[in-house]
Amino acid sequence: MTLWWIGNAVLLLVVLPVVVYLLRGVLEAATSIVPTVQGIASMAAAGSKDLDATALLLTTRDQIEQTVAGLADYGGSLDVVLDDAEQEDRQ
Amino acid sequence: MIVFAVAAAAVVMIAAVVLIVLALVFYLVSTVIALRKITAGLDDVIAGVSEIVEKSAPVNEVVADINAQLDTGVDLLEGLLVQKAGMRDAAGLVDGLYPGAATAGLRAFPESAGVVPTRIGEVYTRGALTLARLGREAPIAALSPAGAVLRNVEGGSLAARQLYPDVRHTAPEKLPTSPVIGADAPVRYEQRDDIGAPRKRRPSRRP
Repeated sequence: MTLWWIGNAVLLLVVLPVVVYLLRGVLEAATSIVPTVQGIASMAAAGSKDLDATALLLTTRDQIEQTVAGLADYGGSLDVVLDDAEQEDRQ
Repeated sequence: MIVFAVAAAAVVMIAAVVLIVLALVFYLVSTVIALRKITAGLDDVIAGVSEIVEKSAPVNEVVADINAQLDTGVDLLEGLLVQKAGMRDAAGLVDGLYPGAATAGLRAFPESAGVVPTRIGEVYTRGALTLARLGREAPIAALSPAGAVLRNVEGGSLAARQLYPDVRHTAPEKLPTSPVIGADAPVRYEQRDDIGAPRKRRPSRRP
């Protein structure tokens, strides 16, 4: 009978606080992750939105191709119009 | 008495077990709810990251293509500049537009790094440099990309006129004054006697 009461006392005074302590730690750790994950999700969404302009790179590439082509045309015309520098100056 | 003691011990034990089970249920259910929130958040993260990966996938290829095109343009311009102006003047022109850039040399001509550039600012006017700068950058007439503009676009034409040599657009320092005329003039011409006198009459011819 005495051992039974001792067991009850251990159950109430030791086991129950330990169980509550451990479970509370797990719950706090899991709860603290939630806002962090939500912050990461919002940052990922913002980063994805910032990359919406990357499609314009295709337009930029096309325009640069046209610009360089026009530049080559102007260069060819200038090559005809202007005289070359002296040979010793070019070196 | 013994039966009562046994019953009391059993009740206390059952109560302790029930408390432990309630604590387990409360905390474990709360943990499960938090983990479900984490899972939902991670789903959002995965969706966002997937969009980022999808949108940034062609960037490398496009940027490499753009760089190749720009390299072609730079090579073309540098080649034309060196061909038409000569290596030394080309380096001087680049150095005039971007001070200190001649030390790095032209990219297509590594040997240009050792060339002593001409001082283009003394050969060409600042207006010529401004015109040359038109093709390199905007806004126009900037002394350097980091410096202040040479021409105040809102402040009239004085700054623009100062880009050119003085003899072209500004007055000489001292113009001769207009002559003073009249009786009080400091310089008077010698008066001729025949002015105002009766006209000499020539003898008339008679047939």
